[in-house]
Amino acid sequence: MSEIDIRPDIATGRLKAEQYTENFDDLVPVLDRKTALVEANRCYFCYDAPCIEACPTGIDIPGFIKKIATDNVRGSAVRILEANIFGGACARVCPTEILCEQACVRNAQENKPVTIGRLQRYATDHLMATGEHPFTRAPLTGRKVAVVGAGPAGLSCAHRLAMLGHDVVVFEAKAHPGGLNEYGVAEYKMPDHFARAEVDFLLKIGGIEIRTGQALGRDITLSGLRRDYDAVFLGMGLAGVKALEAEGEELAGVMNAVDYIADLRQADDFGRLPVGRKVVVIGGGNTAIDIAIQIRRLGAEDVTLVYRRGPSEMGATHHEQELAQVNGVRIKHWARPVKLTGQGGAVREAVFEYTQLDADGRLIGTGDHFAVPADMVFKAIGQSFVPDPLRQDGRDLLELKGAKIAVDAEGKTSLDKVWAGGDCTPGQDLTVAAVQDGKIAALAIDRALRG
Amino acid sequence: MADLSTNFIGIKSPNPYWLASAPPTDKAYNVVRAFKAGWGGVVWKTLGEDPPVVNVSSRYGAIGYKGNRVAGFNNIELISDRPLEVNLQEIKQVKRDWPDRAMIVSLMVPCTEDSWKNILKRIEDTEADGIELNFGCPHGMSERGMGAAVGQVPEYVEMVARWCKQYSRMPVIVKLTPNITNILSSARAAVRGGADAVSLINTINSITSVNLDLMAPEPTVDGKGTHGGYCGPAVKPIALHMVAEIARDPECKNIPISGIGGVETWRDAAEFMALGAGTVQVCTAAMHYGFTIVDDMNDGLANWMDSKGYRRIEDFRARAVPNVTDWQHLNINYQIVAQIDQDRCIKCGLCHIACEDTSHQAISALRVDGARRYEVVDEECVGCNLCLHVCPVENCITMKEIDNGKPFLTWKDDPRNPMNQKAAE
Repeated sequence: MSEIDIRPDIATGRLKAEQYTENFDDLVPVLDRKTALVEANRCYFCYDAPCIEACPTGIDIPGFIKKIATDNVRGSAVRILEANIFGGACARVCPTEILCEQACVRNAQENKPVTIGRLQRYATDHLMATGEHPFTRAPLTGRKVAVVGAGPAGLSCAHRLAMLGHDVVVFEAKAHPGGLNEYGVAEYKMPDHFARAEVDFLLKIGGIEIRTGQALGRDITLSGLRRDYDAVFLGMGLAGVKALEAEGEELAGVMNAVDYIADLRQADDFGRLPVGRKVVVIGGGNTAIDIAIQIRRLGAEDVTLVYRRGPSEMGATHHEQELAQVNGVRIKHWARPVKLTGQGGAVREAVFEYTQLDADGRLIGTGDHFAVPADMVFKAIGQSFVPDPLRQDGRDLLELKGAKIAVDAEGKTSLDKVWAGGDCTPGQDLTVAAVQDGKIAALAIDRALRG
Repeated sequence: MADLSTNFIGIKSPNPYWLASAPPTDKAYNVVRAFKAGWGGVVWKTLGEDPPVVNVSSRYGAIGYKGNRVAGFNNIELISDRPLEVNLQEIKQVKRDWPDRAMIVSLMVPCTEDSWKNILKRIEDTEADGIELNFGCPHGMSERGMGAAVGQVPEYVEMVARWCKQYSRMPVIVKLTPNITNILSSARAAVRGGADAVSLINTINSITSVNLDLMAPEPTVDGKGTHGGYCGPAVKPIALHMVAEIARDPECKNIPISGIGGVETWRDAAEFMALGAGTVQVCTAAMHYGFTIVDDMNDGLANWMDSKGYRRIEDFRARAVPNVTDWQHLNINYQIVAQIDQDRCIKCGLCHIACEDTSHQAISALRVDGARRYEVVDEECVGCNLCLHVCPVENCITMKEIDNGKPFLTWKDDPRNPMNQKAAE
């Protein structure tokens, strides 16, 4: 009996098939026409609208909402997509509560912004359902650009370059294009293979070739790309996961949240995913929230998210934190992992030390400890840029800044013919910011190529 | 509590709210429901000679505004399509059962003396309180020489009104059509004909919308449409103006007015009454929400009257009439400028862009430490009110009176008036 007792309780198929469908259905479904019209008519059509300024891609928000209000839904979608070709994904994953919707003047009036994200989805879903691609390519230039990474930054760049008349080859290390939309975003934010549908939509512009299974530094090199292409855009994201640097990290059941989410996103059957009864998530960003909620929805009984600082310091927005709590995730603030203990090579418990700020505002441990039983522990304390593919003969080929690729305002790196954007460059790690990086770089590349 | 009862040309009702002659008053069933709900009276849907008219389907068109339904409403329905005798029996019965409510019968028969003479007798037998002459219906009936076809010719209005007074002891209300260039010509004709009162406005010629798939006007009947009568909240300003014109016209001799046109709330009613109306008639609002809307119309009016110290409707009726004047009598030296309450401002910029693009460039768009700030340029502001109207925040923009030290001056006496200069020379 004691043998059985100490085995970690990790199981597959904790739920019935229909529960998975329900749990991973669209968290926020698309608006119906009537509701969209009412919501669109709440928009004041502001002059010098603060929401536009708050959108990293500068979408003409009052403009696209006005078009929804007049039932010009196609026109609305085009207005969105011309600024942000990932308008569909951003409508689903953008933390609108800290971007456009936070800036909405209706907050000042009645604490209830226009639900811009939902309206954006209403419009973009409409256009994507028609199968139409609304943009055409400029006369072909004969120039060829290599893009590394088929995530939002890379594909945004590729699409804009294709529109401008250049041909693009996108090199993607993974099996599918889409980047974090395909592998990283919580399933319930983007169900039904939306990420793939969006990539297909985007590629209809023509002139973009995607080569999957091609990793920089393994299958291709930066020098080779610079030699063979007129310009290179690096949008390779963050390949590394930060370590806890706590004892016991090697125990079975201790996993990187991003790896698990990637498996989940690619799974044909959620019932085959291993799910612990008691789960601990360490971290305070959106990945931490995403794994906590998803593992709950996969049937974990107790999920505890532990973050070393307070609620306002969390990378996840207030809205996301609430969502986790609504999903039954217990959030413990002000504690940091000390060690993970196990039995028979498998994790059984996570031990934390309470934290606080000292007089100088530095985070210190209080010396008090507590333990949380755990069959699974997810590390979600951040990802890091892995510069190795950009090194040659023991030195960096291009300048780094803050452990990421240094770029100017237009995404130009220190290296001739090479631009970069998205999570591998400094700035906000947001899909919408990556899309803007790719777009800006494409415009700069176009100018450079036209000399 | 204020007393809402009215005595309008001898017709008494517990409150000033009558249902206008229209589908809601077509038969006893509806009217009884209305009385149960608290309506003060009804004008029974227009009766004509047998055989009854035949109606088409569809009959109604409507326009919404930004998600709100029925801002304006239109119909192509004709007068009552039930046999005259059935209507008369029901009118008689309902009046007997509800003696305290006003029962007015709307009439429309061909423009011959005999036709009017004959029907008046039959109406009298119902013991209804009065009649309303439908000289306003703008569609269908007018093609047959009735309704607006009569109302648009002052001589006919006068003639028929006179017949009705001659052949009936009942009070006569003439319902006026707005589809004329000056409401006073038909109103004065009604006065000359001896009418006891006028009611207005009837509906306005209209096409509510065009179905862009069918390429046909709405409401569409088997692919075609026709103009209908427009009513509902959108027509209230037109109605208020016409009521005011009659109320302040010496030739109309203070003829009692039953106000009609977009009345939906107690406030609408109070406005009509402030401009001289003794009762108001309602149709669209009831057709939109049902009869229970009269509850707040009564309650709201009474509460407002209490707050103002008005004990009866006569205490405030026509109080706004002396303040309706011609443009030439306005004080040209009166000056106001907009002021923006920065604490209330939500930075939507609508006041700026409205003024900048379409008016006087009197609101500047500033950035103070990166934050938006909209400020009135007093020297450029002409006090037009545009910003106040486009501002979505209540009381954020108000108009401030400027004491410019100038005396009251009308255009008539203004030295800038060329006519005035000529006179001076």
